[in-house]
Amino acid sequence: MPEGRSPILELQGITKSFGGVEALRGVDLALYPGEIHGLVGENGAGKSTLMKIIAGVHTEFSGRFLIEGQETHFRSARDAHAAGIAMVHQELSVAPDLTVAENVFLGNQPTNRFGLVQWRRMAREAGEQLARFGIDVDPMSRLADLPIGLQQLIEIARVLFSGARIVILDEPTSALSPPEVERLFSTLRRLREEGTSIVFISHFIEDILRVSDTVTVFRNGRKVAETAAATTSKGALIEAMIGRGGEALEHSYTDDLMLPRPSDSKVVLKVDRLSLARSLQDVSFEARAGEVLGIYGFMGCGQQELSRILFGKLKPDSGTLAVGGTPKTFASTAAARRAGVALVPESRRAMLFHQEPVYKNISISILDRISALLLKPAQERDIAKRQVEQLQIRPPVVGLDLGMLSGGNQQKVALAKWLTYPPKLLVLCEPTRGMDVGAKNDVINIVRDLRAKGLAVIVLSTEPETVLSLADRILVLKRGALVREFANEPVSKDRLLEAA
Amino acid sequence: MASSETVPAAGQRARGLAPFLRSQMRNIAPFLTLIFLSGFFAFASPSFATLDNLGNILTQVSVTGIIAVGLTFVILCAEIDLSIASIANVTGIAVAYFTLQESYVNIANVPLPGVAAILLSILLCALLGLVNALGLTVIGIPSFIMTLAMMQIAAGISALLVRGQIAYKVPDLIATLGSGSIGGIPWIVVVAAVMLLGGHLVLTYTRFGRYVYMVGGNREAAEYSGLNVKLILGAVMVISAVCSGIGGMLGVAHFGSAQQNEFDTYLLDSIAAVVVGGTSLFGGRGGIGNTIVGLFVLGVLNNGLDHVNIDSFLKILIRGLILLAALIINVYAQRLREKAAE
Repeated sequence: MPEGRSPILELQGITKSFGGVEALRGVDLALYPGEIHGLVGENGAGKSTLMKIIAGVHTEFSGRFLIEGQETHFRSARDAHAAGIAMVHQELSVAPDLTVAENVFLGNQPTNRFGLVQWRRMAREAGEQLARFGIDVDPMSRLADLPIGLQQLIEIARVLFSGARIVILDEPTSALSPPEVERLFSTLRRLREEGTSIVFISHFIEDILRVSDTVTVFRNGRKVAETAAATTSKGALIEAMIGRGGEALEHSYTDDLMLPRPSDSKVVLKVDRLSLARSLQDVSFEARAGEVLGIYGFMGCGQQELSRILFGKLKPDSGTLAVGGTPKTFASTAAARRAGVALVPESRRAMLFHQEPVYKNISISILDRISALLLKPAQERDIAKRQVEQLQIRPPVVGLDLGMLSGGNQQKVALAKWLTYPPKLLVLCEPTRGMDVGAKNDVINIVRDLRAKGLAVIVLSTEPETVLSLADRILVLKRGALVREFANEPVSKDRLLEAA
Repeated sequence: MASSETVPAAGQRARGLAPFLRSQMRNIAPFLTLIFLSGFFAFASPSFATLDNLGNILTQVSVTGIIAVGLTFVILCAEIDLSIASIANVTGIAVAYFTLQESYVNIANVPLPGVAAILLSILLCALLGLVNALGLTVIGIPSFIMTLAMMQIAAGISALLVRGQIAYKVPDLIATLGSGSIGGIPWIVVVAAVMLLGGHLVLTYTRFGRYVYMVGGNREAAEYSGLNVKLILGAVMVISAVCSGIGGMLGVAHFGSAQQNEFDTYLLDSIAAVVVGGTSLFGGRGGIGNTIVGLFVLGVLNNGLDHVNIDSFLKILIRGLILLAALIINVYAQRLREKAAE
């Protein structure tokens, strides 16, 4: 950084742990006025934790925290806000039913001396601010009527224009189209000239390199590199993110892994040009029996929507899918299940009944096979016991309420639901997220076992390791479009990241 | 890491009586309320704790009980049906409308054989339930609003059928079930008992019953399990309407007349019976057993207040306060249970 300028924000030796697990280990970071500072690292590398410390969300940590050379300790996000720090989270946090102007001024609408909102002034000022951002919308239109990308730009605009000196943007570009990204970047550059400091977190390394002055790389809670953006490259950053040699407990997939020759077995699923507004564009692929198809992409790339469409939970705007029979889209999840499709979504809460015993959770999807009219609880328990034994679910008590099980075991129950009468196509979203190594290995073995039984399995994940450890063939989904297929060729984590 | 997997099991064994009681609060609290109220009235009035009066209480809660069977299904699915009383009313009026009335009854009715009158009336309430079901599942109107509209629609049909008049005659079968008795036990009590038992058996021992609980427990998970959630929600709305219709027909026979606004108090009473009994307003917890306890609490309360010397206008306020207390316990019990499950 330029000599003679002092940092507006300086962190020294920040360490933060959650229940004995260190999320950050002795991290230093300096942010200068009028600087765009890019932050890269894999999921769980510690970027978000650090940003939450800066934004006053996490208040318990060790290390020194200085603002303009003054040691500071925030007690809440409100303190951080008062100090001029604002953060835009990855998930939209707008009020969709309010107008654009109300959203821009959320929480501090201009009022007259009677406390009444000055609508005309608010609309005018909102319009002016957005125009500076290159956004030309009617400030009185309802936010929900605008495209998601525009909504996100408006949220970012709100934070950027709130007068903050330090702005943190977490994955701001994942839902934006290329021209919208361009608009965002030109605004960021203008704010930089005005002296605002910006922290920019993204998985899109090209974006980071285009707009940042400095790039910091995180790995396993440590800062492993800090470099000027002009002097580095995508390849170098990926290498720093992944790290050569084993720090990790498990296979780190940094070396090339040879994918097998694509199988020529029966096509179980044929997806034909699925499109969904702002999520998926012309997605076509096939999944075959006895094959694990991995679909990799960053968060927000359209994986979630794709999995919902495959299971009939979401209707695409156009395109069809065929499971064995004629091409169509499923009208309901019940129709998808009857056609032989099963889905395990990324959130366990979404598919399990926490207040019901384990055996009812396991039997719910197959009750119509067990009983026509009357329930057969003994048989349900038997089936559940077999699954619990096979998947080594702990504790092995099928009468226990599901909520008493640990996360990894709940995930296994979510799988067990579908295994008694295996479907033709099993769709798994983030099947190993948040699991410890042992549970991960269990899941990997279960999936391999299912493949051997001739199921078609689709694994969707934002973690390259998950896809690499399971898949025979890998598709890369980027901003809603399939951009690369890996089959019968060497693949590694950096090749995947490079493609995404 | 592996050792952490066994912690919940140890936790489970270490759980004592107190957490168990806390998790069962929704079942225990209504029962204690019932015992307390019965004890209080037995102490306060010598005429309360008699076999005769027990028969009175049973008869008094029968119509509510029949309507509450269907409503229990609806509330278990975390939905609500506000049209139950109106549907009961219109079905009761319909069965009289299709029966030959005395010449002094000035209604342009359509006399039919008794069996046809009963079947048509049941068809009518089933159809109204189906409209509720379609509005809720196909159009996506929240049940609170949909059944509010149906409440008006059913009241409107009632008004058109009787035009401010009163009808008296109902088919013989309905008259017997509504106001006759067998071996000293009123038929209406028998019908209520049979329907409550039937509802309990369906909810506890059939696949459909399990689906009702699962849809109520976590609708999203039910959908991700490939259940036809809309079909199940639609079915409970129809069941609720048919139970209301049966309650309405027998009610008309029991009261001896069919007229507009005859069942208005049954809306609140039925909801109160289900909720006071401890069935969760958030769905998935409770059942007919809870509804029965709730019916008795309401029955004892209504009946007991008549036995003690109390301002009859104050009675309404007391009933309101008891209902409020039950709602607080209901919401609180849900929270306790969630905590116990963590």
